[in-house]
Amino acid sequence: MTFPHRHLLGIEALRPGEITALLDLADQYASLNRQPDKHADALAGLTQINMFFENSTRTQASFEIAGKRLGADVMNMAMQASSLKKGETLIDTALTLNAMHPDLLVVRHPHSGAVDLLAQKVNCAVLNAGDGRHEHPTQALLDALTIRRAKGRLHRLSIAICGDIAHSRVARSNIMLLGKMENRIRLIGPPTLMPSGISEFGVEVFDDMKKGLQDVDVVMMLRLQKERMDGGFIPSEREYFHRFGLDAEKLSYARTDAIVMHPGPMNRGVEIDGTIADDINRSVIQDQVEMGVAVRMAAMDLLARNLRLMREGAA
Amino acid sequence: MSRLTFLNARLVNPETDEVVTGGVTVENGRITDVAKGSVSPPAEGRIIDCGLKYLAPGIVDIGVKVCEPGERHKESYRSAGLAAAAGGVTTMVTRPDTTPAIDSPETLEFVTRRANEASPVNVLPMAALTKGREGREMTEIGFLLDAGAVAFTDCDRVIADTRVFSRALTYARSLDALVIAHPQDPGLSRGAAATSGKFASLRGLPTVSPMAERMALDRDLSLVEMTGARYHADQLTCARALPALERARANGLDVTAGTSIHHLTLNALDVADYRTFFKIKPPLRDEQDRLAVVDAVRTGLIDIISSMHTPQDEESKRLPFEEAASGAVALETLLPAAMRLYHAGLIELPVLWRAMSLNPAKRLGLDAGRLTPGAPADLVLFDPDAPFLMDRSTLRSKSRNTPFDGARMQGRVLATYVGGTCVFEKT
Repeated sequence: MTFPHRHLLGIEALRPGEITALLDLADQYASLNRQPDKHADALAGLTQINMFFENSTRTQASFEIAGKRLGADVMNMAMQASSLKKGETLIDTALTLNAMHPDLLVVRHPHSGAVDLLAQKVNCAVLNAGDGRHEHPTQALLDALTIRRAKGRLHRLSIAICGDIAHSRVARSNIMLLGKMENRIRLIGPPTLMPSGISEFGVEVFDDMKKGLQDVDVVMMLRLQKERMDGGFIPSEREYFHRFGLDAEKLSYARTDAIVMHPGPMNRGVEIDGTIADDINRSVIQDQVEMGVAVRMAAMDLLARNLRLMREGAA
Repeated sequence: MSRLTFLNARLVNPETDEVVTGGVTVENGRITDVAKGSVSPPAEGRIIDCGLKYLAPGIVDIGVKVCEPGERHKESYRSAGLAAAAGGVTTMVTRPDTTPAIDSPETLEFVTRRANEASPVNVLPMAALTKGREGREMTEIGFLLDAGAVAFTDCDRVIADTRVFSRALTYARSLDALVIAHPQDPGLSRGAAATSGKFASLRGLPTVSPMAERMALDRDLSLVEMTGARYHADQLTCARALPALERARANGLDVTAGTSIHHLTLNALDVADYRTFFKIKPPLRDEQDRLAVVDAVRTGLIDIISSMHTPQDEESKRLPFEEAASGAVALETLLPAAMRLYHAGLIELPVLWRAMSLNPAKRLGLDAGRLTPGAPADLVLFDPDAPFLMDRSTLRSKSRNTPFDGARMQGRVLATYVGGTCVFEKT
């Protein structure tokens, strides 16, 4: 299997075959993760540093568990509390860490492109855990694995992505991944939360949930990212829930076997009705979390293989 | 009496709109004769055989940022002057967006003194239109004019309060002062790092619609109509803004417009993987807009091409795109970049020199920018065909934030003369 990448910075650089290969490996790790003994040694001897310049509990925990299950030495750095407050630049921080010889660097940053910038300055493999509004590749991969396991395939599905598309890196990575795998993508949300140039994305755009959800196989809800908003994108939370929140009535327009997804953390009663989120027949939200660990194990395993090959070549 | 004669040159004449072979005679810093055809060498004075290279009026560059006072490590009058000389720019019209802003006769005098000491090319300073460029109170426009300010501008800060702006325009009108504005709607453009569209959305960058430019231009032109002021828009960069300019002209308003060399030669896609040297204000536009603006320069609707030379040190560019500083240096790359338009067959040389030299001089009431007896001997000798690979480490500016680093370019300055004195000669 070939996965010719030094870093995982985004979905944009991946080919469909590489995505399939990564998901296949993740499937194996998903099985491993259900065993009583969950340990493997793919990352044994390697050091993984999680650098989060933006608050995260779930993603950071997921990367940490993934690394530990594969035998890496994992260290978490909450970057907000540290050197940036002392005026150190992103590049200096990267160079400092680089001097400690990490092998895998997992980075989240509030600005688009920051992880690419950092990757240019270090010798190790860099995984993008979300940069600004740009990409969140492991989220798109775990969504893809969840869909593939629930639907039995990852092509020719009709998939609706709903909510705050403009501020969402999850949406961008998913649009790219699902497009590469030849699915029909529908974006649903108020026009104020759609990015510019959306008509050129090769997707269908709706501002009416009922029309947009008509006969879809997958309903992917996005978090309404209040912290990203300048204010004034929507009139109020309750009007948003009324028009764009997923409830039983709106979901009834989708196919009867449609699954419901959410990258978390959820705002119950803002973008999704609590009973739908908890409906074990429709909601795969817990599966997404489970697949998250498996996908991150697979991604780090593949990058570590390349890292070892590269070092053998250099030696 | 000192005499200098250029022989055997292709003369780029923006006034007659032609390129002819001939010679130019300079005495005491001024052009005294322009002759077509082969000229026999005079008996006295220095003679320069141009070897059929091109001789044109020196570039008059409106909107150069020299970082004195405040940030001399980014650019000083000395380094900017050397860069200008090497780029064929014989007059730098400098911006007041320094730290502190050039908003009083005292700071203006400091700047003028520094410029005269240090710069080998002419420097004409502009002053802020409002105190501290804060858009609240107008500066001492009369005193500043007396101290030598050639125009008044708050640079990339837009005066949001139309009452403040209209009063400043009215007052400037009474003194016949030129006001230069940056047409960008402040609300729409707040926080923007890229032009809206598919590319910026995929990169996840905060964007501004090109409509922000037209809205601000419409607003400004209404105020100009109301006040009768002399107005220049520093940079028009998109197709949608152009009809408004055309209408204002037709209605007889005293309005001119410029654009930057970067908006004429680069587009939004050049940002590629967050290359911060391509972050400028306003952000690079899409290809249709670029071509529309090129055409507007060709037809003369847009009057002036500027370098919009904006030095930024390495640290302010080595940041994530959103956080990185805007601006690019361009004094040395203005001419070679403009040659791209010439070689692409989009704009002829005399038209380029009309926009880079004659029009800016006219707008500021200077007698430069011409190949005519009586005009100052501010001249550039260049070879439009000479190819080279741009290497930013060779730039004379203290800051080397050029988007053309590593680019293949064609067109080099061979020599630059200011008032008949050679200030640069290619070795």
